[in-house]
Amino acid sequence: MKAAVVTFPGSNGDYDLYKAAQQVGFDTHFVWHRERGLDAYDVVLLPGGFSYGDYLRAGAIARMSPIMEDVIRFAAAGGPVLGICNGFQTLCEAGLLPGALVRNDVLRFQGKDVRIRVERTDLPFTSTYTEGQILTIPIAHGEGNYEADPATLEELEGEGRVVFRYVDRNGEPGAAANPNGSWHNIAGVTNEAGNVLGMMPHPERAMEKLLGSDDGLALFASLVASVPALSS
Amino acid sequence: MSTAEGAVAEDSVSPRAGDPPVTAEVVADHGLSVDEYERIRSIMGRDPTFTELGIFSAMWSEHCGYKNSKRLLRLLPTTAPWVIQGPGENAGVIDVGDGYALAFKIESHNHPSAVEPYQGAATGVGGILRDIFTMGARPVAILDSLRFGDLDSGRTRYLFSGVVSGVGDYGNCVGIPNIGGEVAFDRGYEGNPIVNAMCLGLMKREELITASASGVGNTLMAVGARTGRDGIHGATFASEELSEDSDESSRPQVQVGDPFTEKLLLEASLELIASGVITGIQDMGAAGITSSATEMAGRAGTGVELEMTAVPTREQGMTPYEILLSESQERMLVVVEKGLEGEVTRILEKWELEAAEIGRVTSDGLFRILEDGVVVASIPALPLTEGCPTYEREGIESEEIQALRAMDLSEHLIPEGDLTKTFMLLLSSPNVASKRWIYEQYDTTVRTATAVRPGGDAGVIRIRGTKRAVAATTDCNGRFVYLEPKRGAMIAAAEAARNLVCVGAVPTAVTNNLNFGNPLKPHIYYQLREAVLGMVDACETFETPVTGGNVSLYNETDGRSIYPTPVIGMVGVIEDVATITRQAFRHEGEDIVLLGANTNELGGSEYLYVTADLVAGAPPAVDLDAERALQQAVLKMIHERLLSSAHDCSEGGLACALAESALGDGEAPHGIDVDIDDDLRPVAALFGEAQGRIVVSCAPDRTDQVLRVAALHEVPARRIGTVQGPDDDFRISVRGASISARPAEMGAAYFDSLANRMEAPPTGT
Repeated sequence: MKAAVVTFPGSNGDYDLYKAAQQVGFDTHFVWHRERGLDAYDVVLLPGGFSYGDYLRAGAIARMSPIMEDVIRFAAAGGPVLGICNGFQTLCEAGLLPGALVRNDVLRFQGKDVRIRVERTDLPFTSTYTEGQILTIPIAHGEGNYEADPATLEELEGEGRVVFRYVDRNGEPGAAANPNGSWHNIAGVTNEAGNVLGMMPHPERAMEKLLGSDDGLALFASLVASVPALSS
Repeated sequence: MSTAEGAVAEDSVSPRAGDPPVTAEVVADHGLSVDEYERIRSIMGRDPTFTELGIFSAMWSEHCGYKNSKRLLRLLPTTAPWVIQGPGENAGVIDVGDGYALAFKIESHNHPSAVEPYQGAATGVGGILRDIFTMGARPVAILDSLRFGDLDSGRTRYLFSGVVSGVGDYGNCVGIPNIGGEVAFDRGYEGNPIVNAMCLGLMKREELITASASGVGNTLMAVGARTGRDGIHGATFASEELSEDSDESSRPQVQVGDPFTEKLLLEASLELIASGVITGIQDMGAAGITSSATEMAGRAGTGVELEMTAVPTREQGMTPYEILLSESQERMLVVVEKGLEGEVTRILEKWELEAAEIGRVTSDGLFRILEDGVVVASIPALPLTEGCPTYEREGIESEEIQALRAMDLSEHLIPEGDLTKTFMLLLSSPNVASKRWIYEQYDTTVRTATAVRPGGDAGVIRIRGTKRAVAATTDCNGRFVYLEPKRGAMIAAAEAARNLVCVGAVPTAVTNNLNFGNPLKPHIYYQLREAVLGMVDACETFETPVTGGNVSLYNETDGRSIYPTPVIGMVGVIEDVATITRQAFRHEGEDIVLLGANTNELGGSEYLYVTADLVAGAPPAVDLDAERALQQAVLKMIHERLLSSAHDCSEGGLACALAESALGDGEAPHGIDVDIDDDLRPVAALFGEAQGRIVVSCAPDRTDQVLRVAALHEVPARRIGTVQGPDDDFRISVRGASISARPAEMGAAYFDSLANRMEAPPTGT
């Protein structure tokens, strides 16, 4: 059961993601962006951070790294790919997920705990959550405002591809619960096949009560649960 | 000539074509006195060239040479069994147990931030990170200690928001969590903000590396970013007063930061250190290549020779003077074992960075600069780093401040109007109100180690793989230091220690940042001297040696000095993360216990500033032995698992401390019912800033034990009330007077105040 954490120059959440994957039992490896080949892995994880300093656009340069060809191939073969924060931005830039992440509407970096609601539990990332479950998870981003054209949004909603939504303590997705201006309070989306997930909140930073929350643990546990079915 | 001044330069050096001649005016422009220039001539045995003058100017600036502070700094305690590295290196290092060492240091970037707040603050963070990772430690936390003028002025808001973005963007990008700090707003900082950044780094003890140029024949390599024309003579600039036109004319002396390169440099440097191919590494910080090369040679007792044409530059035609004094960011000087240069290049290439051989370690003790093989500067290295003249200036207390301190405050003890209104006003004052608007712009959770985030008494970082954690805080109330420097400095240290014990950490060591005005003025030197003396007493009593720090003088605008601000950055150790304690009340029905005694003091309080626009009176009394006893009592209570919460009383007094504990993070605020049966004026009991007080809460069946531990340590203690539910009011009564407020309204006043103020139209200039 092997997990790859793809590291780009400027990634800074790679260590946290590595530790989270390790915590749930993955044999976890860093894969430097210039390396090639992901066939040996069961899951591929793209960490947060500031790949290439977010110059040009967040994720825009990282998506041209050699390893991204392999990430695209891995995803096309049905392997689970999770992109968190900058990883989400990179997946959008690479065309693996629709939409884009633009500057937070408050025009400031936002680093705090938010609540997100689990919208779907039939995915390799969410199978051990319950539908409607509210998670407390940190965010830390300047460009997390999810945008897509109306047709895409309609498609995402219609196909149930919004996986996480920012909500208040009562589970309602109001404007006050939205930390960055994302359309439809979208915090995470999946592709059509449901094997690629991008999300702005950091589940890998919510793995222990000591640090504030362990609500992210179930996401990684879900990945573990997904592996035998996928790799057999 | 003394031995410290070493060998007389023997190279033949003639003035370089195109460089200006060294005249009395040029010497003065370089911030050197006539006497200092004579000293340079005697060290050199001849007139220095323009390039050499520039080198001396930077190395003998206050920033690098500590010429007005060194004699005072020598008085500070610097040793303890747990100190691995004291002052003199890039950062101090202490043993924190289980084989781990903690490198930590604070540094100022006041002058650059006054001119260009975003870049000034950003590069301040960049510099302090490099000081930590050049010790072999991985940076694990940042704290920022900031001060600005009153927040209703447009200029202050520009500086404040720029500094916060700069601190945030840099640390966020590199991926180092911000775990705390402090911010104060007071007209005493108008025009000259204080921007101090502190960094903590962890390493295994054996990973420690120092910055020395040892091994004659070894190669010097410049790694990281290229050298440009930015920040030339920043160290000298930082040692001058600002004036109204500093804004425009000083901008070229402010450096520009690139946190992406910093992140690569951090990883590359740690890999270089782990590889064993380098024997020394130092940031090219203040005074750039000059200070890094001469300091490394000075520590090893060697010499260095550098070829200027080999230094990778950003632009063509840079002179040796410019290359030597550039403060371009994200650059390192490394000393490489001869023959292993290729290994350095390979590691740097992996991280997409450059490395260039620019010189070698020599045995002649000279700092020799070549330009295309021609010697353009040759100076004995030791006098550059150790020969800077040091001064003991005349110090006389200002009569104006004496009068302020003696002011009769009794009329202010009589409450005017509704105490609840005053309380709400204080809660929303920017000095008391939640700093959430700031720290939400910081990544506080990256690296998954932050056990206590900003907003608590101290930040806490756990050490993965152990049960341990380290805690850190920065503290200084500039008003107190202004009104009485020695006592004010003691209070800064006492508050820092209280903050650490409130999270359950044993105060262990200190890094200090002395922010003062122009030391050539007797009233300022008095403040500097007295503050250092206060710090000496406090750090000795608390057994918290000072392992390094930074001195920032000349913090004046148009002749007006800031409040003297000796910031204490204190670190502590927590042996078991299970004992980490927080400030928020946790359970309805628990007892609230006050440790320490209330007094009738109001001097220097936020209450006076908010209600009477006054900074006056004597700062509160501080008894260092009583503080020490209080620290030990609280630690004992925490280690015996008696407490549900602990919170220090500081700005805004007991009422605001209780409010902060009641509000917590705002998610589940509590009401309280507190009765303070003291024979004191209600205003003083509620809002006075008496020292040595901590508010704790505990289960009712543990109260007796808490009181017993306090008694054992001779700490005054008594139960003052009860934690109530979220729908109950927040009530404090003092001898007939009272405060009564809804927690929800208090939360709005406390948490939203900074954001509201930043969005309101400015009323000042």
